[in-house]
Amino acid sequence: MKKINLYKVFVYVALFSLFISIIIPVAWVFMASIKENAEFYTSPWNLPKGFYFQNFINAFEKAKMGEYFLNSVILTGLSLIILLVVSVPAAYVLARYEFKFKKLINILYMAGLFINVNYIVVPIFLMLLNWDNILYKYLNVEFFLNNIFVLAIIYAATGIPFTIYLLQSYFKTISKSYEDAACIDGCDYFQTMIKIMIPLAKPSIITVILFNFLAFWNEYIIALTMLPNSNKTLPVGVVNLYQASRGKAEYGMLYAGLVIVMLPTLILYILVQRKLTEGMTVGGIKD
Amino acid sequence: MRKSKQKSLFTFICVAPSVILFTIFMLIPTINIFWMSLLKWGGLSANKKFVGLSNFIKLFSDLNFIRSLQNTLFLIVIVTLVTISFALVFAAILTREKLKGQNILRIVFYIPNILSVVVISAIFSAVYDPSNGLLNTIVGLFQPENWKTIKFLGNPDIVVYSIAGAMIWQAIGYYMVMYMASMSSISIHLYEAADLEGASKIKQFFDITLPLIWTNIRTTLTFFVISSINLSFLFVKVMTTGGPDGASETVLSYLYKQAYDNASYGYGMAIGAVVFVVSFLLSAVINHVTKRDVIQF
Repeated sequence: MKKINLYKVFVYVALFSLFISIIIPVAWVFMASIKENAEFYTSPWNLPKGFYFQNFINAFEKAKMGEYFLNSVILTGLSLIILLVVSVPAAYVLARYEFKFKKLINILYMAGLFINVNYIVVPIFLMLLNWDNILYKYLNVEFFLNNIFVLAIIYAATGIPFTIYLLQSYFKTISKSYEDAACIDGCDYFQTMIKIMIPLAKPSIITVILFNFLAFWNEYIIALTMLPNSNKTLPVGVVNLYQASRGKAEYGMLYAGLVIVMLPTLILYILVQRKLTEGMTVGGIKD
Repeated sequence: MRKSKQKSLFTFICVAPSVILFTIFMLIPTINIFWMSLLKWGGLSANKKFVGLSNFIKLFSDLNFIRSLQNTLFLIVIVTLVTISFALVFAAILTREKLKGQNILRIVFYIPNILSVVVISAIFSAVYDPSNGLLNTIVGLFQPENWKTIKFLGNPDIVVYSIAGAMIWQAIGYYMVMYMASMSSISIHLYEAADLEGASKIKQFFDITLPLIWTNIRTTLTFFVISSINLSFLFVKVMTTGGPDGASETVLSYLYKQAYDNASYGYGMAIGAVVFVVSFLLSAVINHVTKRDVIQF
């Protein structure tokens, strides 16, 4: 009897420790975002004295977080649209039809799962730089770097292997009889795909959107490299704030910036958390 | 006949855009890493010269590179070991025990994984801050006299552990959820039988749970290698930029530095090629070493 109690104590202590070690730092940022600058020179464990909303106003105005926020929204939205338009039909066809090179394409996408963006960010940058130089030579314009639309295409491209892998395995589970019925009713291939199959795959498409939203919204290194000028995304803007705050001691504004970055993901997560953690196992990781 | 033509047109239109995007922005850059690693390419000028393997020869006598490789391997090992043990224990607890508030715990444990690395780095800078950090003020409570603040990010002997701490904090919830999924598919009868035989919880964990989710653990080991290489780069880039004095440099942050600060692209890409090969070899070795007969029930 006593031994079981000891085990229970261990379980609760362990769970509680992990719980607070995760919740405290996150909650602390929220508290710090409404502290006045002077409060950062007292103990960090003090609760905020009041609700100093000026931090957020400063972040939006002085640190241009409003502009960056808009950039991030456009970039994330655009990347998701491109990714879905390109990947959903491809995943469907790869799951259902036989054609030349199908095997090769599948192998490439499988290998693509292991290619990491952090390796190839330099070659991509050099490639865009080269294209820009050529354009500049003949047309006197620059187009590829510092362009949020080009960045959206790159984001979409990096999401393709994972997205197709996940969608393809879902399409395979949908019964063929739906397509046969559509065929008899006289739908052509496009209609069958758009009117019948894509709506059926909605659950996995939602999972894909969630994961890619998080990836694109939080992405830092590609955005830093491909947008070297003032046109920044939220994570890049926050890092600049963070590096600047060390010298100028404008901590309140930094933590307000952090809250602006994480709030959308936190809200989304709380709304759909079940979907997200379940989606993880749908992704074929489950053995 | 018309039908088959229509069909191939359809498949082509559906598949081609994804193949084109993938080829331009993933495949070609990957191939370029290996090609460029053979060049001496001094920056923005179009001055490229084929130099064969000389970048690689230089690389292996570059002490900074060797240190960054050591740091990276150390991080892979320590982050994997610590994260896996915590994630397994917590996953086992949350699947096996009936507790109050279990759902809330699962939700909270997963939170770090949805935050941007940028946010986590900033959080941990606040946690590690030498004068007014969350950790140092706690340590200060216990040692009021002759106490010196710990420079988590400023001391070259500690900084790698501090980075590891942030990486582990970020990863536990993710792997926990993954292990929970495979643990929940283990038949409850096995545990009931073990209970009847009087096996302790710890014995059950090692003799039932672990062997039955072994394939899942093996898969995640590959994830660990790849994600540790990447995340260590991002954390280092934001938190320490490799400092103090190169003590926390990892392979990819060194690559990035060579390419952007030094503009020696060829050399940088040689690092990329080495990292690529090392990560594949490491995954292959791990895969081979952890091979067991698949146990079925």
